[in-house]
Amino acid sequence: MLVPAAIAFVLLVGPLVALLVRAPWARLGALLGGDTVLPALGLSLGTAAASTGCCVVLGVPLAVVLSGSDGWPAPVRRVARALVTTPLVLPPVVGGVALLLLLGRVGLLGGPVFRATGFQLPYTTASVVVAQTFVSLPFLVLGVEGALRGVDRRFAIAATTLGAGPWTRFVRVTLPLAAPGVAAGAVLSFARAIGEFGATVTFAGSLPKVTQTLPIAAYLALNTDPDAAIAIAVVLMVVALVVLVSLRDRWLQGIGR
Amino acid sequence: MSGLEAALRVDRGVFGLDATLTVPPGHVVALMGRNGAGKSTAVAAVAGLVPLDAGRVLVDDVVLEDTEARVSVPPEHRPVGVVQQQAALFPHLSVLDNVAFGLRTGGARRGAARDVADRLLTAAGLAGLRDRRPSGLSGGQAARVALVRTLAREPRLVLLDEPLAAVDAELRPELREAIRAQLTAFSGSALLVTHDVRDAEALADDVVVLDAGRVVQRGPLAALRAAPAAPIVASLLA
Amino acid sequence: MSRRAAVAITLAALSALVLAGCAQDPLPSAAAPATPATSALRGSITVDAAASLNTVFPALAATFQKEHPGTTITFDFGGSSALAAAIVAGAPVDVFAAASTTTMRTVSDASLVAAKPVIVARNELEIAVPPGNPGRITGLRDFADAAKTIVVCDKAVPCGAAATTVFAAAGITPKPDSYEPDVTSVLTKVEANEADAGLVYSTDVRNAGAKVVGIRFPGAARAVTAYPIAAIAGSRNAALAEAWVAFVQAHESDLQAAGFLAP
Repeated sequence: MLVPAAIAFVLLVGPLVALLVRAPWARLGALLGGDTVLPALGLSLGTAAASTGCCVVLGVPLAVVLSGSDGWPAPVRRVARALVTTPLVLPPVVGGVALLLLLGRVGLLGGPVFRATGFQLPYTTASVVVAQTFVSLPFLVLGVEGALRGVDRRFAIAATTLGAGPWTRFVRVTLPLAAPGVAAGAVLSFARAIGEFGATVTFAGSLPKVTQTLPIAAYLALNTDPDAAIAIAVVLMVVALVVLVSLRDRWLQGIGR
Repeated sequence: MSGLEAALRVDRGVFGLDATLTVPPGHVVALMGRNGAGKSTAVAAVAGLVPLDAGRVLVDDVVLEDTEARVSVPPEHRPVGVVQQQAALFPHLSVLDNVAFGLRTGGARRGAARDVADRLLTAAGLAGLRDRRPSGLSGGQAARVALVRTLAREPRLVLLDEPLAAVDAELRPELREAIRAQLTAFSGSALLVTHDVRDAEALADDVVVLDAGRVVQRGPLAALRAAPAAPIVASLLA
Repeated sequence: MSRRAAVAITLAALSALVLAGCAQDPLPSAAAPATPATSALRGSITVDAAASLNTVFPALAATFQKEHPGTTITFDFGGSSALAAAIVAGAPVDVFAAASTTTMRTVSDASLVAAKPVIVARNELEIAVPPGNPGRITGLRDFADAAKTIVVCDKAVPCGAAATTVFAAAGITPKPDSYEPDVTSVLTKVEANEADAGLVYSTDVRNAGAKVVGIRFPGAARAVTAYPIAAIAGSRNAALAEAWVAFVQAHESDLQAAGFLAP
């Protein structure tokens, strides 16, 4: 038990340690001070927050539908769940191409919109949010669905016999009890979104201050100055840690569990 | 005013439930039987949590379910309260908000519902618990709060499903007394599910014995003791 | 910190980490030839090559492997600079073919080449537009039109450096909608008709067939990129690596047939 656990831990943490060891600490300020990193960091935080919001707003209802799917025919249920998880296994670049085929200016949905209004979603900041939401939504849906299924049926029954209809029951009992699951799902979604590269660069492109997120900036920096890429990766790591830890603590307060 | 009148048929694999239950207005009837006799199914059916395959449920002459007339009032709209075996207090709400919950679903505003809940807790001698979370309550306290929460909505019928099962044996007499006091102040009818004859002795006017989904015998406890209709009755009331 | 938080954080950190590394094929296992080889060469090598070589190199490798049974050549195509960064970081690569001498220099400066790099081909930029030319692009000047959807390579990669050169020479300030991380993503967007025009290599236009239309422009010759190739020092199969480099050199005409310019 301990040996595989230790290997797993080293596999997870070792590369991060290597990154920190090799980080060009002396030049860190100079490397990050340029006009690339800060705008990219701001864009990354903003879009990841927005896509996490989209994930919660869209993903919680989907999780609710799926968690109530026991009455569906088994094949339908299985296919629905498989479809929801597909973005998890899809290479992100392929996901980006798929988004273009749907929402691009000649896409299934984007085409008619473009012809009618001239509006083009790719290359906009909104398209970054769409790409991030696409790749991170499964994390939220699966997390929340598990949490909803984990809520003891007795509480829903108690709420019902106390006069609560389906909506009140959901909003005042099931959802608050599943809140830790929603928070965990949101944290995972945020983590996935802030590290997103392939789907974003394929669907949204890479324009400084508009669509060039920190991962893309890091990848480009890798081409000319690997030290700069490492510096950016360190920033991304620290930001992700700080945001995730603080978010989680805040959300878990008041749940009282 | 007629209390509970129910004819319940719920088909379930091997044996189902097929029983008539009546509770005169203002009375407490104990529903007794071994595990699996169909007691909890009967409670769920009366509350509307399990649909009837045939039969009807009337509370105070109001039809809540009638399979022939295709009437079925959803559980949240029945004037029927349920106290579940494990109290099932909402873990994310304080004791006060647990009691206020049913008042708010009835349309009361938050402040008003809390005022009423506060009064009810005080009347039940539980004022000291008002700000506690359910995780900080003993089994007996949770059971008492659950009963206050259920009665706060002023149902016409209350169903108590083994309310003392989760409580240590030495604390049961005190809890029994507390439940008795609350049920005495309650004007509606009550159906008390139990397998412990001491609960029936302390709380019930009449007893109904259920076995394998069928009513074996019903009547005052003393009468059943005097002339048990079947060995199961004798063993339950021993 | 709960277990779930730990998992979440690890995941975030991992995704951050992915940035620092470059996609790299696993080391191919030593190939065991099914039949005795007729030549002394055997085993396998990994060749990191500029994305623009991703059609012509596999075709050459097929011929090579036929001539030398028991050999396997595995390719990793990508942006030259990213590949070079990976090699400098210690990726187990046997041969490197870059789309720029500057990029090759980062590898040779690190004393990682086994022999002086040789230039086997040259390439120049060409405008690629979707079939039907929906943006009615006529030349380089359209790249300054903010109303048109334009994609070019980021200046951090060779095709972007070349683009910067031609724009400067033509006195044009481009207004692209995206600076792509490699020439393949520029081509992908034009092929998908999600861009009115992109600046790619002539060979890319040729390889894309009917999916894009090429527009040549005066001044393209000002930013001709060279393709140096070199065996990497420390290769575990130096003989095969050198044989492959020599083979490519001997088949420059095949590269020209694929649209590359003579070295």
